Amino acid sequence: MVRRSGRLLKSLLVPALVVAAWDLLARSGAVSPLVLPSPAQVVRRWAAYASPLSPYDPSAESYLAWLASGELWLDSAGSLYRVLGGFLLGTALALPLGLLMGAKGSVNDLLNPVLQVVRPIPPIAFIPLAILWFGLGNPPAFFLIALGAFFPVLVNTIAGVRNVDQIYLRAARNLGAGELTVFRRVMLPGAMPYILAGLRIGIGIAFIVVIVAEMTAVNRGLGYRILEAREYFWSDKIIAGMVSIGLIGLAIDWVMGRVNARLLRWHRGIEG
Amino acid sequence: MSEPAIRAEKVRVAFAGDRGEIVALDGIDLEVAQGEFTCLLGPSGCGKSTFLNAVAGFTRPTAGRVLALGKEVEAPGPERAMVFQEYALFPWMTVAENVAFGLEQQGLSKEEVARVVAGWLDKLHLRGFGNRFPKDLSGGMRQRVAIARVLAIDPAVLLMDEPFGALDALTRRNLQDELLRIWSGSGKTVLFVTHGIEESLYLSDRVVVMTHRPGRVKRDVRVELPRPRDPSSSEFNELKKEVSALVMEEQARHEEDELLGRSAAGR
Repeated sequence: MVRRSGRLLKSLLVPALVVAAWDLLARSGAVSPLVLPSPAQVVRRWAAYASPLSPYDPSAESYLAWLASGELWLDSAGSLYRVLGGFLLGTALALPLGLLMGAKGSVNDLLNPVLQVVRPIPPIAFIPLAILWFGLGNPPAFFLIALGAFFPVLVNTIAGVRNVDQIYLRAARNLGAGELTVFRRVMLPGAMPYILAGLRIGIGIAFIVVIVAEMTAVNRGLGYRILEAREYFWSDKIIAGMVSIGLIGLAIDWVMGRVNARLLRWHRGIEG
Repeated sequence: MSEPAIRAEKVRVAFAGDRGEIVALDGIDLEVAQGEFTCLLGPSGCGKSTFLNAVAGFTRPTAGRVLALGKEVEAPGPERAMVFQEYALFPWMTVAENVAFGLEQQGLSKEEVARVVAGWLDKLHLRGFGNRFPKDLSGGMRQRVAIARVLAIDPAVLLMDEPFGALDALTRRNLQDELLRIWSGSGKTVLFVTHGIEESLYLSDRVVVMTHRPGRVKRDVRVELPRPRDPSSSEFNELKKEVSALVMEEQARHEEDELLGRSAAGR
């Protein structure tokens, strides 16, 4: 218990120093508060951003719904919805395709040239086309985010299937397994470490793309909000929005880490 | 019982190497009777594992043919089950799931699979380890699981590719004794690849010494010593001297080749 709290204190030391330095700089008057607001100001703005806009009215909505009616929660929920929707769409396409391309050399030869040409184009470069094709709002965001998640999942899945040790395939066939069983019970779990790494990278990119998409094509969500705040020189709100984005990203990665540890508890070097 | 368990007819296996064709096996004629424990013995690069792979159906002969239980080998099959040196346990399955894998391919009911698995775990002293993952086991324990996994499907022919090569001497002797205990009276044919001279004489009815590349049968030695064998006995050592001399001739050729840069290619 003492050691745990000691480690917690240690991990908080550097962030506390950074905030203290930031506070000193903001107080010194050397920089304009428009450029760098004080930490306290950001926290106040953050609280306001999270608070409901209208007073509680029991006849209109439940207390919980009212609590979550602040701009921050709606923005976060919207961004998260787009990330997950786009990520699931991209994964739903990339995973089966990657398994097929990894397992069948002929399919790989057929599709690889096209994919190699499209892959280096950053998803952000698709924004103009996405707006032309899908207009504004969620549809272009889903398209861009799916695209961003698609390639890391695809490339890792292909590599994962190819890197399954031949000896496992031999052992499975030797024990009488047919092709479908070999695929389902040997190739798929054998490729899982790579696939999960791909999913983790994919959702990270999806989160980057959602912010950019919201700055250009959506006009809602956290990305839109911090761009909007810049128009009004609300640097405190920009920072509050950025920290929110960071915390959500951290939460997503934490969840992915738990999923990893659970699915790979058989793997060497990973604690269950 | 007249039909041999394994019959190789003029088997030749050649691979494409960096500097032309590598002939791993050339003109192997071999018959292994049902129920016989046979060791293939030779230095590395003598093609003994290649021959085992041909019997398992992982490698097709370039010429000649291999028959197992009267049928030409064309693909891997559960009647010729293999125990690998690297264990080849599925790391994402628990010990019990590994042992159950082959049984499930035979369409047995869940209860039946569980019953057979529990029986084999008991026989190989793995009781209580069913829910562990392979990564949590020692090498000796892993090889026990691999043996249980193969025996669970009750193969007529047991192929073993240097199964105890990676184990320490005490664990190896222990597993050798267990293998003999399980094999004796089972009627199973065992084809066991090793480069351990003592191991081959300790275990088998017959030691087939192979030549360095291209692999051929150099000498077919019957081991008539009664079991359990005593490696310190004079008869055992007499035989060991004789077989050692044969193997060392091939080892010398192997080393000469290595020095000349004709390095050992894949098995």
